[in-house]
Formats: sequence, C-alpha cells, structure tokens
Amino acid sequence: MDAVLLARIQFALTIGFHYIFPPLTIGLGWMIFMYNTRYQEGDNPVFRQLAQFWTKVFAITFVIGVATGITMEFQFGTNWANYSRFVGDIFGAPLAAEGVFAFFLESSFLGILLYGRKKVSQKMYWFSSLMVAAGATMSAFWIVVANSWQQTPAGFELVTETINGIEVQKAVLTNFWEAVFNPSTLPRYSHVITGALTVGVFFILGTSAWQVLKDRNTEFFRLSMRTAVVPCFAVIMLTMIVGHKHGHQVAETQPAKLAAFEGIWETQTHAPLMLFGLPDQEGEKNHFAIQVPGMVSLMVGGKFDTEIQGLKDFAPEDRPPVAISFWSFHLMFYMGMWMAFIAFVGVIFWINKKLLDHRLYLRLAALTVPIPFLANEVGWIAAEVGRQPWVVYNMLRTEKAVSVSVPAGQILASIIMFSLIYSLLFGLWIYLLRRQFHKGPDALETFQTEVN
Amino acid sequence: MEALQITWFLLVGILVIGYAILDGFDLGVGFWHLFAKKKGERSAFIESIEPFWDGNEVWLLTGGGALFAAFPPVYASVFSGFYLAMMLVLLGLIFRAVAIEFRNKVDSPGWRKAWDFAFAFGSILPSVLYGVAIGNILRGLELSPLGDYTGGFFALLNPFALNCGLVGLSMFALHGALYLSMKLDGAIAAEARKWAAKTWYVFLLLFMLAVGYGIKNCIYGIKAIPMVLVILALVSNSAVFMFNKKGAAKAAFLSSCFTIALVMLAVAGALFPSMVPCTNNPEWSLTVFNSSSSQLTLISMLVIALIGMPIVLGYTWFIHHVFKGKVKVKDD
Repeated sequence: MDAVLLARIQFALTIGFHYIFPPLTIGLGWMIFMYNTRYQEGDNPVFRQLAQFWTKVFAITFVIGVATGITMEFQFGTNWANYSRFVGDIFGAPLAAEGVFAFFLESSFLGILLYGRKKVSQKMYWFSSLMVAAGATMSAFWIVVANSWQQTPAGFELVTETINGIEVQKAVLTNFWEAVFNPSTLPRYSHVITGALTVGVFFILGTSAWQVLKDRNTEFFRLSMRTAVVPCFAVIMLTMIVGHKHGHQVAETQPAKLAAFEGIWETQTHAPLMLFGLPDQEGEKNHFAIQVPGMVSLMVGGKFDTEIQGLKDFAPEDRPPVAISFWSFHLMFYMGMWMAFIAFVGVIFWINKKLLDHRLYLRLAALTVPIPFLANEVGWIAAEVGRQPWVVYNMLRTEKAVSVSVPAGQILASIIMFSLIYSLLFGLWIYLLRRQFHKGPDALETFQTEVN
Repeated sequence: MEALQITWFLLVGILVIGYAILDGFDLGVGFWHLFAKKKGERSAFIESIEPFWDGNEVWLLTGGGALFAAFPPVYASVFSGFYLAMMLVLLGLIFRAVAIEFRNKVDSPGWRKAWDFAFAFGSILPSVLYGVAIGNILRGLELSPLGDYTGGFFALLNPFALNCGLVGLSMFALHGALYLSMKLDGAIAAEARKWAAKTWYVFLLLFMLAVGYGIKNCIYGIKAIPMVLVILALVSNSAVFMFNKKGAAKAAFLSSCFTIALVMLAVAGALFPSMVPCTNNPEWSLTVFNSSSSQLTLISMLVIALIGMPIVLGYTWFIHHVFKGKVKVKDD
C-alpha cells in the first residue's frame, strides 16, 4: 500500500481516538471547578459529593487522554519528517509552549486534585481544580494555534535553501504574533473550546439521566442532572454563535473549503443551502439535492446577492474531497441542532420544575451522550479534510510532507499496533466508567463530617 | 546567532536531563515492580510515584516540542529514522500510564497482576530504547543529503547501541531503587537499598564498557569524549555508593541525580557541535549550527522558556513538597 495513504490513516486514527478524551476533560474540568466553587461559597456537602464523583470520572478519562497524547507529540517527526522540516521554524514553538504553559500546570495540580485532598487546605484544593481546568483549556489554545497556522499561514516567508546541493523550501518566521494570531486562530479556538464544553456538560446531563432512569443513586443523579441543564443550553448556544463566525472566516480565507462544505460547484450569487445531497467529485455536480435557495449567500454575507466561489474555480487537483467535507460538516451542523433542541426542552422543563418527570426526555438526554463526541469528531474531520490536498494551505501538499525514510510496512505495523491498543483502551474506558456509575458517589455523610 | 544556537542546544539538553532525572526514577520503580512480592508492596510502589509520574513525563513532551522548535531537521531525522523504536517507546509509555492509574480501580488479583506486568514492561522497554537511540546517535547514522536515515532497521541493533541500552536500563534501575529506599518505609526500603547496592556495580561496568568502546570506535562525528565529565560522573557515582552504604537515602538519591546529569552532559559534550553525526559523509552531519531554526524563532522560544520554566520549577517543587514524607506499606 501507498506510504502516504498509510501515514494519513495513522494520523487520522491516532488523533481521532485521542480527540475523544480531551474535550470531555475540558468540559468536566470546568464543571468540577464550578462544583468546588459552590462548595467553597456555601459549605453545602452536596457540592463536595458532586465534585468528588465527577473528578473520578475525569481521572479515568484524563489518563487515556495523556497516554494517547504522547503519540501526537512524536508523530510529526516519525511520520511527517518533511512536513517537520518545512514548518519547524513556526510549528514547533506552539507545541513547546503547550508543554511549558499548559501540560506542567495541568499535570502538577491534577496530582493534588486526585491524591492531595487531605494534604492541602480547602482553598488550595479549590485553586488546584481551577488550574486543572485552565491548564486543559490553555493546552487546547496552543494546539489550535499550530493547527490554525496550517490552515491560514501568516507571519512567515517562504525561503529556498540549498542543503548539500539540493534545493528545498521552508517556511521561516517573520512575525511571532502574526503567526500565533493568524486569521483562523481565534474563530477556531472559540469554536473548539465551546465544542469541547458541550461534550462535558451533555455527558453529565445524559449519564445522570440514565442513572435516574435505572434508579441508581437517584437523589444524587437528579441533582447532578439539574446542575447541567443551564450549562448545556448556554454552551450549545455559544458553540453555534462562534461556529457561525468561524464559518465567515472560512469563507474569507479558505473559499475552496467552504465550497466543499456546502457542495457548491459554480460561482454564484444567491447560493443555495443544500440540506441533503450526494456530491459527485468526478461529475462536478450533486445528486438528489434538497436545497434552500439563497441561504448560503445570506449566511456568509448577510444578503442574498453575496457571491460565493464555487469549486470549479479551483483546478481539480486543488479541490478537497467534496463528499467527505460536505457530509462531515453537515453532520456536525445537524448534531448541533439536536443538542440545541435537547438543551432548550431541558431548560423549559427545568423552569417548570418538571425536568425529571418525563421519562421520554430522560431517555433522549441519555441517548444524546455520544452526540457531542461525534460532533467534535466530524467537525475536526471537516476542518482537516476540507484543507486537502494541502497540509499547509496553498503552500505544501500532503503527499510531499511524509517521512521518506519510513517503509510502508513499518507504518502498517504501527497502525495495527495502535488499533489493537486503542480498542483495548476504549473497552477499558467504558468498563471503568460503568463501574464508577454503578458504584455511585461516596455517601453524603462522609462529606458532612468533613464540613463539621 | 551562534550563542543563541548553543543556548538552545543547552536548553534542549536541560529538558532531556530533567526528563532523565525525573521520569528516570519512576521508570526505575517500574523495573523493580515485579521484584516486590509481599502484600501491599506493589501498591506502595505505585503510591510513591502516583502524584508525580504525569508531571515527569511532561518533560519528555516539552523536550520533544523544544527539539522540534529549535532544531526541526534533527527532530525530523531522528524520529523518522528510529521509527519502530519510537513506536515501541509509545507502546511502553501508553501501557505504563494506564497501568499506574487503573491498577487500583478494580479489586481483583487477576486485574492487578495484568497491570503489574504492563507497568513493569512499559517501564523497561522505553528505558532500554532511550539508551539504544542515544548509542546510535553517538555512533553516527547513515544519512541522505537531506538528512533522512538510510541505514535500515537492523543496523540500529549494533553492540555499542545495545550496550548503551543496558546502560540506560541499569542507570534508571539504580535511580529507581534509590528513590524507593528514600520514599518507602520498613523492610521494603531496606530491600530497595540492597537492590541499589547490587545494581550499582552493573551500571558502573556497563557505563565503563560504553566509554571504552566510545573512545576506541566512535569517531565519526565525535571529536573527543569529554573525560572531565566522565570522571565527574564517576565521582558522583562513587558518592551514590557511599551514601547508599551509610543509609543516607536522600543524599544517595541526590547524587544519583547528579550522576545522570553528568552522564547526559558527557553525551552532549561528545556530540557537540554535531547533533546527528553522519557516517557516510561527515559533511552531511546535522549540527547545532546548520540545523537550527531562525534567529527570531529561537529568541521567541527563549522568551517563552524564560517566562515559563521558573514557574514550572516552582510548582514542581511545590507538588513534591505537598507529597513529602514516606509512603507506608499497607495491606491491599
């Protein structure tokens, strides 16, 4: 098999799997911080109980995130040596900054959060939970900086060097802040973080609903569910607003990607929004399209006669795979709508104090647990596949970026190894989470004595 | 510019040394894990490193990131050249991370046994492979003009590199035993002290073999082995022996930290200014001067390091302060 394709499969596999866990820890991290804050303010032992239970869930998830994250730091070098040489002057710095500013913070204070409850003051414990959540959130910032630079490179110049008689191109930094705050950094970061928060809050809402349905530790999980309703609503609304802004930026800076997201072939004003359709890359058209006239133009430019560039404006070899881009983007959008619906209904029930009365709602909330995970995954697929065929947009093609010294067989072997390990880890994760939920939180009395 | 490049060579070196000293002790604990047989001892081993291992590993991630940022061609050539070895390092690190956190989650002997094995295996494998990688770099690699490794997998399994792999393993095993004798209490601490005493000879022998072989044969990119550093490492290592014999566990562990730092500095000194010596054409060697990032990147990174690292050292100290004191062996 082709080494480039294998390297891409490996990257998709390892990042795709890793990306299940950090969004959940970011979301849970802030919820745990909220519980600790409420406890700090009122000494209500219930919030200690909530913090303690969800910290256990956090810990099981966090370790898999760490274990699979090490792969990320290595694989630019192992699989993408030419990419590393091309972008190293710019791309390495955010990765190092992530280590210095975020990982150390997160991992040091997590030690206190998990094992240091009795060794530090209440205030220090609260502070540690803040640092863990902040560390995770900052870590995402530096990763998004690196990724955004690939999408919308800025603050650099292309330089041709001669190395031992061979001419090679590379990107050289000219302005650090322009590279860090390149055109897509902030729109993407706000969308990634709010997206990550949806995973955490809907996880608490849905898994708690499930426990209430099963009548396990009902009192505790009712309370837990109530704490998550408003955060779910707030977070999904924010996600959609910043997602919309992010869409504007894509339209401006990566028009081919936007055209692929929306399945638009011809450059046109009054560009329609295709709700369903099967884009045909070869035939340069869509089959079975169901469209809302003018909507894409309206959403991008605020009026119907906004011109949207179509895919035919780009040479066939410069177009992203349209079907994957279109469907991953649309699935993300539909899943976002579904989350908004669940959150909205939840808030209405919550205001009427009927949140826990409707078993159908509890069931739907429980079934929603995987949705934000999937929405984050397909959103990421849309962002990365939509960037193709470039690894650095309009600068370096993906096929030129691989390690030439690594034989295909070795990549295949590592894909098999990772598939096996990750299946095992995923099974373990589910198994340990189930155990944790069946066990439930420690009895409230343990925390009451703590208060006294 | 040259001063900046040398500074970054040293800073990457410091990160690697930090990693070797810090993760070195928990990797070493992993080596001894299966030697602990009595009830509760293995749990105490895990407990002794539980709050620290994750922070320790961040030194590796940051070191990797700093190498990528400061010397991209070196990062690219070494990581792709040692592909299979890197994958095995990942295998080890993934399993040990999960083992440390999951071992105590389920109360069943079979579950614990499986994780005990995973923890030991996941600690030993990277300890050996780090040494093999350093051995191969010291020996020099066959490279293309653009720095891609062309030597093939089996060329990496040469006697010198394998010897270095065992140096790595014995160095961390010694370091881990000293940590255990400092951090634990009672019979198992005494046992760990005995382990340290025995491993000390093994490490010394393997290290001297590597130095001897290095003086005779590793000439490609290496100008000279900095004997001053080697001698200082040996002095510091003698202190390890003496303090361990006297039962001064803390002093012995600290001396071992110095030994590791000096051994790594000797490696850096032997290579400088090369970072990846090329065996087939010395002109193609990747050096501190031909492989660094631009001046602006190095300066930006220096600012990041100057702001960030003091804070990092601050809370690394803090967390060791919070979890100071000995870990007791309890019944499981």
